[in-house]
Amino acid sequence: MDATAPQEPGPPILDLWHPVAILAELTAGETIRTRLLDRDIAVGLDGEGAPLAWLITGEAPGGAPESLPAIAAYEFAWTSLGTPPAEIFAIPECDEPDRRNLATFSVGVHVSAPRAVENFLDLGHFPYVHAGILGQVPRTEVADYRVEVDPETNELWALDCEFFQPQAAAASTDGQMSQYTYRVPHPYCVMLYKSCPTDESRFDVIALFCQALSADRVLFHTFMSVIDEVSSDEQIRAFQTLVSAQDKPILENQTPRLLPLEVGAEASVRSDRASVAYRRWLGDLGVGYGVIPAGLPDDGS
Amino acid sequence: MTAPDPASLLHPVAAGADLVPRHVVRSRLFGRRLAIWRADDGFINIWEDRCIHRGMRLSAGVNDGAELVCQYHGWRYSNRNGNCTYIPAHPGEAPAGALRVATFACAERYGLVWSGDSADASPPSIPALEDAEVLVLRSLPVNAPVPLVLEGLARYSFRPTAALGSDIPVATSADAGNPFSVTVTATTAGAASSVVFFVQPADAGRCVIRPVLSPAPAPGERLVTLRHHAGALEELRAQLEDARPTEIAVPLPVATLEPLRSGGTGGAAGGRRPQLQVRVARKWLCAEGITAFELVPVTGELPSFQPGAHLDVHLPNGLVRQYSLTNGPDLTDVYRIAVKLEPDGGGGSRLMHDSVHVGDVLDISTPRNNFPLRRDAARTVLIAGGIGITPLLAMAQTLARQGLTWELHCFARSDDHIAFGEMLDSLAGSITRHVGLTPEQTGHELGRIVRPYAPMNHTYVCGPGPMIATARALAADAGWPEAAVHFEYFKNESPRDDTSAFEVALARSGRSLRISAGESLLDGLRNAGVDLPSSCEQGACGTCIATVLEGEPDHQDVYLNGSERAAGDRMLTCVSRAKSGRLVLDL
Ligand code: FES
Ligand SMILES: [Fe+2]
Repeated sequence: MDATAPQEPGPPILDLWHPVAILAELTAGETIRTRLLDRDIAVGLDGEGAPLAWLITGEAPGGAPESLPAIAAYEFAWTSLGTPPAEIFAIPECDEPDRRNLATFSVGVHVSAPRAVENFLDLGHFPYVHAGILGQVPRTEVADYRVEVDPETNELWALDCEFFQPQAAAASTDGQMSQYTYRVPHPYCVMLYKSCPTDESRFDVIALFCQALSADRVLFHTFMSVIDEVSSDEQIRAFQTLVSAQDKPILENQTPRLLPLEVGAEASVRSDRASVAYRRWLGDLGVGYGVIPAGLPDDGS
Repeated sequence: MTAPDPASLLHPVAAGADLVPRHVVRSRLFGRRLAIWRADDGFINIWEDRCIHRGMRLSAGVNDGAELVCQYHGWRYSNRNGNCTYIPAHPGEAPAGALRVATFACAERYGLVWSGDSADASPPSIPALEDAEVLVLRSLPVNAPVPLVLEGLARYSFRPTAALGSDIPVATSADAGNPFSVTVTATTAGAASSVVFFVQPADAGRCVIRPVLSPAPAPGERLVTLRHHAGALEELRAQLEDARPTEIAVPLPVATLEPLRSGGTGGAAGGRRPQLQVRVARKWLCAEGITAFELVPVTGELPSFQPGAHLDVHLPNGLVRQYSLTNGPDLTDVYRIAVKLEPDGGGGSRLMHDSVHVGDVLDISTPRNNFPLRRDAARTVLIAGGIGITPLLAMAQTLARQGLTWELHCFARSDDHIAFGEMLDSLAGSITRHVGLTPEQTGHELGRIVRPYAPMNHTYVCGPGPMIATARALAADAGWPEAAVHFEYFKNESPRDDTSAFEVALARSGRSLRISAGESLLDGLRNAGVDLPSSCEQGACGTCIATVLEGEPDHQDVYLNGSERAAGDRMLTCVSRAKSGRLVLDL
């Protein structure tokens, strides 16, 4: 499998900002090498602590590498292989003074970025994949929720989601019905707002920023902006690490690794409406990288 | 050699001994990934290794002995037919009948499990393996194409067990049995032994060698024999994989393996129900006045069912009767129903008791479920009155198998009137028999059973109308929400009024019709060519439900609960009519 002809990212993906490094792991004067959309890139920091990025081209060994646009946002360095928008999507909550903003965990997963985003949007797997933490059998019901595309921003939202969780966050001690709102501001990035266990009126923000190494490989970066005066950074990270580590083997056992956009390629039920809407939204954006576009055969490999 | 179509043959995909209870084995044939598992009843399932929901490998799932449970969202698939039986995200709903995984042909021979495209094909017959005990040797995956592997295998050399450790000369001969096997025979003065290598074409460049030794060595000599072959095979594998650079020109046998039944990811279920023919395999008196029947398919597999499902049985005289399936999830090769003799009924039960015999063929519908069982309750209370125990038996077995908390209360005239009483004894769980009670005593007991209400409890009541009505009222008094009280009537015992006449507009087709007094809405719709499924036609089963867009329905069914009636957005077309002069239906 996966010997499919390499996919070309195409403009909608090329022109986006993509996360390529955790800022705290960069040092001025040094570069790290990584991959993005089947290309080798280098990431570093300038004297002011702002990120820099370069495309490493095979043709010019020793020659000056082509420099790429770079910005810092949400504890990550982001770059683009095309013409990116001036600003990255906003997460206003991160500016609140009592927030803790943390890059929590990064792991390589042999799956496409859209499959990872879909997993993040999925309440139904909590009792099975995150048993005892984000869900618990037999409390498996997924209540109906709403899905909307914001006409102004063209972001995808899933609203009024509710799920029973035995331990919804590092700071929770016993089970609760958690309220969730999901937001997909970028084809490979997804975030959720969930009722904060220590302050009911506010929301913790948890985000997944996917770095698509290739069409079917991803670096799964997580980011949190939480109101939590109790847990240490390590505790918050440990919680997110555990959750992501539970998803990795699931994602790597999904076939195909690319997300099929054809309606009916996979069976969907009401609780999958976020996933169904996400697939349609990707199709409407013209995303052809990391997915099997509608109309192409899905041979299940 | 002239190659027959590889797809018309069966190929080995596993050793029978690999299929240990409650495990799932993964394999590959012609590029298809397979998940293989043996149910507790011995049936071997060979399925596409891909959950129809989100593509999770089913080989990573859990074999619970009767169903395979996907690890990602817990969808359950039934032994034999691969139908989806439960979707945990929607515990109160029966999965659409079209949801099923792709299933492949399966056969067993020579200690191996075989699969391929055709249900009629059989595994190859190899003379060296007939009439002897055989021993399946360890399988060996090789990164080399089939023809190259067969060529190499023909050069395999070994010693018969009796000649191990000696230096008596051994003569070996190889014989290509078919395009996917080769038999190597070693002969010495005193003994002959054969290894038959079956080559499983996993995909274009890889295969699995599955050797079978004949005759099997005596138990005391097994170990040395196995060791001898393991060494020789390892050597052979190294040779084969080294030989790869000098690619050979023989084209690969390439086939696209097609499932016997392809997977289904949903879509519209047809209006009228597909019919099925079954044969009565067993008939017996399972309680006083109650006859049990076991029905087996005339051909093929029985469609799957969930607890709470019923069948329509088309009787020889044209009557149609509904009977609940009593099957637990582990009984998938027969449908088991029970029929109570109703001397004053319409004659259906008399006919079943007296005129339907073992061997008779009956037309039935596929199972339909209007009484689905949730499996997310903290506690499930099953309340059965008389023959109403039948769907609850299926539920009790399902809950027991999944280790959930439940209790079953059986109300009956006497212990001898409880259908399948002996099966109850074998179920682990809390079962209480309430026998010989007056209606007042029954009411008193029901009151005790439903009190107090605790959150996440669900109750399922099936029995005579008055008993259901009492149980529902008592449960409501005790604080049970309507959505937690599930019930199934045998029939609608309340009187009906069909004297009204009204107009019906069909929103989708833009047509309108007039329903006159004495004519049911369902009949009117059918006469106008609208194909709506129906079953009991008594307002009890919920099959003929339609969505109401405008107008006020005159509910005369016993299926919808109070809040559903009040919402007025759905109605049962078989018995319900209109209070307003006009209804607009979403049809
Ligand atoms: S992928 Fe199998 S249940 Fe969802
Ligand atoms: Fe997850």
